[in-house]
Amino acid sequence: MGYRLDFGWIPQYWPVLVSGIGVTIYLIAAGAAAGCLLGMVCAWTRALGPAWARPVVVAYVEMIRNTPFMVQLFFIFFGLPSLGLQMTELQAATLAMIVNLGAYSCEIIRAGIEATPRGQFEAGASLAMSRFQTFRYVVLVPALQRIWPALSSQIVIVMLGSAVVSQIAAEDLSYAANFIQSRNFRAFETYIVSTLIYLLLAILLRQVLAWVGRALFPKRRSAR
Amino acid sequence: MIEFTFWDILRNLLLAARWTVLLSLVSFAGGGIVGLIVMFMRISPNKAVAIIAKGYIELFQGTPLLMQLFLAFFGIALLGFTVPAWLAAGLALILWTAAFLAEIWRGCVEAIAKGQWEASASLGMGRLQQMRYVILPQAMRIAVPPTVGFSVQVVKGTALTSIIGFVELTKAGTAVTNATFQPFLVYGLVALIYFALCWPLSKSSQILERKLNVAHKNH
Repeated sequence: MGYRLDFGWIPQYWPVLVSGIGVTIYLIAAGAAAGCLLGMVCAWTRALGPAWARPVVVAYVEMIRNTPFMVQLFFIFFGLPSLGLQMTELQAATLAMIVNLGAYSCEIIRAGIEATPRGQFEAGASLAMSRFQTFRYVVLVPALQRIWPALSSQIVIVMLGSAVVSQIAAEDLSYAANFIQSRNFRAFETYIVSTLIYLLLAILLRQVLAWVGRALFPKRRSAR
Repeated sequence: MIEFTFWDILRNLLLAARWTVLLSLVSFAGGGIVGLIVMFMRISPNKAVAIIAKGYIELFQGTPLLMQLFLAFFGIALLGFTVPAWLAAGLALILWTAAFLAEIWRGCVEAIAKGQWEASASLGMGRLQQMRYVILPQAMRIAVPPTVGFSVQVVKGTALTSIIGFVELTKAGTAVTNATFQPFLVYGLVALIYFALCWPLSKSSQILERKLNVAHKNH
């Protein structure tokens, strides 16, 4: 069993890895920003929005949460063009990330909103705030603060899930790994390196999100 | 050209869904056994053992399942075996599931009040007896809803095994699409079949959680 691991290919293919890392970072940045926004809108609709819209949001959330990300991706990339919606690989991947994270973050944010004491709404109303103002200032921010840890770990999970976008040839880190191993025939080593990069990205992302959390929600004077 | 009826498409997908179900069951059962071992290691009073388990959990929770599948697929091949896709898929999914279940169950064990440990110790129970008679029976009650909830992740995780060539629902979807040129219909059906598998699990997890909470409040 004289197999020796060989990492001598790294310098040669480093630029490929770096561009793949760039795409993965772009995907999670765009997916997290737009996905959380979508989640907020959906959570508002689900908790406080018009009655007719609520079942729509519930159906969306349940459908996404109970199907694999890869199938959603294939549906968007291969299925939607038959409705006339043509997309590039990267656009389809970004859209899939947003739609996926939107559903999960909706559910997480909704939990935060529903944990808001009833009195908070009434207090907002008594200050002559409109429904929207009450939601924006009194409900949403404390709710987000409450659920930030859960949302952070969901974002990390979605980042790791994004490895699948290589299957529609979006050129992310896993695509780079597939490309490199098809050239250097060192599949095991290539995947070890890319796996370690993913691990590093996950650790880094966790740090960034914790930092964003501290910046967005500075410690308040009163407890809750 | 052969014409495919709707029934042809659905039948092929449903036949392939058997393998999704089977792989999910194997992964969940295997992952449960390995996960139990990792969980015991994780809460072991021996620091070195606990750190190994923690590293294992970090590694599998911090890297994409897809990469783990590739590593299993190409890694076993390095040992000199020809790897059938189902073996690599099963192995990677079991190890991945184990990491998550170990962490979920650790949370449940640690949620048991410290006094329970102390009370059972004061009765002269050994660590194993404490676990067997006092801690686990209580922890298992809390563990049921999140465990059922995680089984949904396992079912969805099996979709990735299509990438290393295991023919399950997603792979069948791709094959059927290539034959029928109806990606919208086929992937829509694939999604619905996954939904039919996962939704009952999600729902029962929610219901169990609510039931448990009610029981909690009555104490």
